[in-house]
Amino acid sequence: MKASNHLWRERLAAEMPPQLAREIDVFESELTLRKQGKIEEKVFAETRLRRGCYGQRYDNGQRHDGIAARTLRYPSGELTKGPNTLWDAPGMQRIKVPFGGLNARQLEVLAELAEEYADGIAHVTTRQDFQLHFVHIEDTPAIMRRLAAVGITTREACGNSVRNVTGCPLAGVCRDEVFDVTPYAKACAYFLLGHPDCQDFGRKFKISFSGCRDKPCALARIHDIGLVAAARMEDGRLRRGFEVYVGGGLGPVPYQAKLFTEFLPVEELLPTAQAIARIFARLGEKKNRNRARLKFLVERLGIDEFRRLVAEERAALPHDPAWTSYLPEAERFEEKPSRSPSRLVPLESSNGGGFARWTATNVYRQRQPGYVTVTVRLPLGDITAHQLRKLADAARRYTPEAVRTTVEQNIVLRWVSEADLPALYEELKQAKLAAPGAGTIADITACPGTDTCKLGISASRGLARELERRFQQAGETLDHAARSLRIKISGCFNSCGQHHVADLGFYGVSRNKYNYTVPHFQVVLGGQWSENGGAYGLAVAAVPSKRIPEAVDRITKKFLAERSDGETFQQYVKRTGKAALKQALEDLMEVPPHEVDASYYTDWGDAREFTTEDIGVGECAGEVVSSADFQLAASEREVFEAQLLLDRGEVKAAAKLALEAMLHGARALLNLPQNAAVEDQVVVDEFRRQFYDTQLFFDPFVGGTFANHFFRAWESRNEPPTPDGVRRLVSEAQLFIDACHSCRGRTAAGAAKR
Amino acid sequence: MPHSAALEPIQHINVKLFALAPAPEGILDAAIPVFHRWIQEGACPELLIDVADYRHVPDGPGVILIGHEANYSLDCEGGRLGLLYNRKTRSDGSFEQRLRFSYERALQAAQLLEREQEFAGILKFDPACLEVVVNDRLLAPNTEETWRLLQPHVQSVFREVLGERALALDWASADPRERFRVRVDASAASREPKTAA
Repeated sequence: MKASNHLWRERLAAEMPPQLAREIDVFESELTLRKQGKIEEKVFAETRLRRGCYGQRYDNGQRHDGIAARTLRYPSGELTKGPNTLWDAPGMQRIKVPFGGLNARQLEVLAELAEEYADGIAHVTTRQDFQLHFVHIEDTPAIMRRLAAVGITTREACGNSVRNVTGCPLAGVCRDEVFDVTPYAKACAYFLLGHPDCQDFGRKFKISFSGCRDKPCALARIHDIGLVAAARMEDGRLRRGFEVYVGGGLGPVPYQAKLFTEFLPVEELLPTAQAIARIFARLGEKKNRNRARLKFLVERLGIDEFRRLVAEERAALPHDPAWTSYLPEAERFEEKPSRSPSRLVPLESSNGGGFARWTATNVYRQRQPGYVTVTVRLPLGDITAHQLRKLADAARRYTPEAVRTTVEQNIVLRWVSEADLPALYEELKQAKLAAPGAGTIADITACPGTDTCKLGISASRGLARELERRFQQAGETLDHAARSLRIKISGCFNSCGQHHVADLGFYGVSRNKYNYTVPHFQVVLGGQWSENGGAYGLAVAAVPSKRIPEAVDRITKKFLAERSDGETFQQYVKRTGKAALKQALEDLMEVPPHEVDASYYTDWGDAREFTTEDIGVGECAGEVVSSADFQLAASEREVFEAQLLLDRGEVKAAAKLALEAMLHGARALLNLPQNAAVEDQVVVDEFRRQFYDTQLFFDPFVGGTFANHFFRAWESRNEPPTPDGVRRLVSEAQLFIDACHSCRGRTAAGAAKR
Repeated sequence: MPHSAALEPIQHINVKLFALAPAPEGILDAAIPVFHRWIQEGACPELLIDVADYRHVPDGPGVILIGHEANYSLDCEGGRLGLLYNRKTRSDGSFEQRLRFSYERALQAAQLLEREQEFAGILKFDPACLEVVVNDRLLAPNTEETWRLLQPHVQSVFREVLGERALALDWASADPRERFRVRVDASAASREPKTAA
């Protein structure tokens, strides 16, 4: 697309590492071959994904404009860059930033790329990457070359590969860390990049490094491999190592990682990662994408057998000097400041209220006396090109260019001498980068959702935008206990917004009301952010999207009014019980008819009438509540009650009720009259015949996965339940019921059309 | 390099028409339904794809109507509201023809916006106060050389389009990292620009 694309290769030849330059040349050739039809579209899709070139919403060339589904007629016609993905359709370029570490020049290049190839914005993700949106595929080689010239590769940013290795943004300056994990995260990232043992995965693979066990900065427990710095004395010497967790992951059904070992010496970090990769490549699921993550393999094998297999694999590995060659430098690694230390006592002394508010939330005193780390809070993780350049200036002026992105979609500047804080604050304020409230309730994490993601169900960013606006207006009036809560929003059940580990989590769902599809969010309470993502919340209620701000308000007020002294939100949720919390939200779940209030039928930041399918609206406004709707309501109630039973430790009863909830959902779709004397086996069989075999129930992304949850629950109904197993069953039951709603909406609208 | 050879490759000429007077708060909110409506109606010659909402970013891109050949946006960069035409694919003709093309597209969109009921009476653009940005650093780096190359042509285009009165061209040279950018101000000139159509 860009007229200058062909010029960058020669212009940057001397600046790009030769290996990176060659890879980009190969990719560019593949681009050309695809245009000529000489590479199959599926192959090209995986190729571009492995270079971080992602699809975006509407890239199948279809978009509902609020009136009707329209075809987007691109100049390149039917040429595709993957199955059902048109060549000219705007895409997303993901840019890996290992452990979030960047220098000033890299910030400047990101600014250039955002302006010239995207929409002027660079977006920080929940995995410390950057993303550029609305990028044309033909611009991507030039983008990659410009990044390569400043030491950044997009290789394996997406696809079935080792994704960005994340790391604590305070590594090296944290008061609580065991040791600085930075050099180990870096070594791991570059050792595994392009490694032959990492090229045959059935799915993505995520690794994170934490400096300590208690703080959540790198969320070790939600990763395929989560490494937490540990140390022990051996032979009078302090030996560095890692507490290692494996098989964690969020997605539709979150899995807590299992402890692999309490102490893995640093010498064993890379060979162990390699051995785990080989096991994953060899034994991981490859056909069914929805069961292909490492967490399913660990679950299937059991942690003991997994450990045994890894040890066996490790023992058989041919020695690689790269395993340990970096270690002497890693031991000595130490980031040095660029300015002398100083104290500003008290920290919030000068410059009035704004500075005081900002230092209270955005400034962290490092373990090195006289230095602080400053958090630049980015609204929804977005930063403009101009702001990136100003940040680069500040990084050069006040720090040794020690910049890191964070999983909360912010950026930190490390090694700021305290006395420089007022001047830095003024510079950031000029650049509109001095928003206070980092790490508070106003600092909301949201995935792209329906803004750009093909999988988005509801407007996660739109909702986040609205909530941030309200918190900004509320200002300092919020009680401290409420201000310290964390909100995370995902556009769908895939949890890219990490809603499972939030105090108040939300994920997008839809509900059928009066023959319209209405955007909702599931309210997920009681997730644990601390202890590296220590526990997951459970869904409480599905609330219409437009009433979520009220739900947030109500839950936080209730918490403040009822909490005991020093009680955390998670403790409060556990003590209060989800039944009481759901009851507090019940009236908010009501949706008025369209003619009474049409605003419910659009989503935040979108003027179009909401839709998840490209279909029109039905004409059954006169219908009160059908038998099917009664049964779906019953299934919702039952799965909720199953959660309550589980919370009380009544595992067997919870399992039974979760299955009954799913059976009710299936009965609803089969339009069986309430209490009809139809045996459960018949319900299962008929559901399979009418909805699974016909694929009527299939979700566009996960296919028949949610139906398979139902079948599995039925088949294993006589097996002795375990707490972990039933926890997953309850989550799967909720997903199945959500899918029943979606299916019912689709079939009802289809019948209305006919 | 010969003069015309240096000019010929320069593409992706963006034009931003500034809004007259400070706009009322919340004005960006109205752009969302308007731009969605433009997609429904095919209001612009380009293939219109989607609406991107950046109202939360201070001095940011505002609200963008994403198109294949170009984006239109109610843009707030530099703290100044304006209608930005961001040309993404190549345009035909000489440099001057491409510049004029981008200006006319920006002007048409600005006039269309002014007529929308959501903006009636509260949003007005100054067709004689604008910014030209070449959105390609390799073809037009922000240097004295680029300024000497492009200035006469920018002057020529806007003399013709905005009339023969005093025309001020101001090259934003302060930061070499920025894209090549020229502010054009003929506010004292005729308010009825001459367009090709």
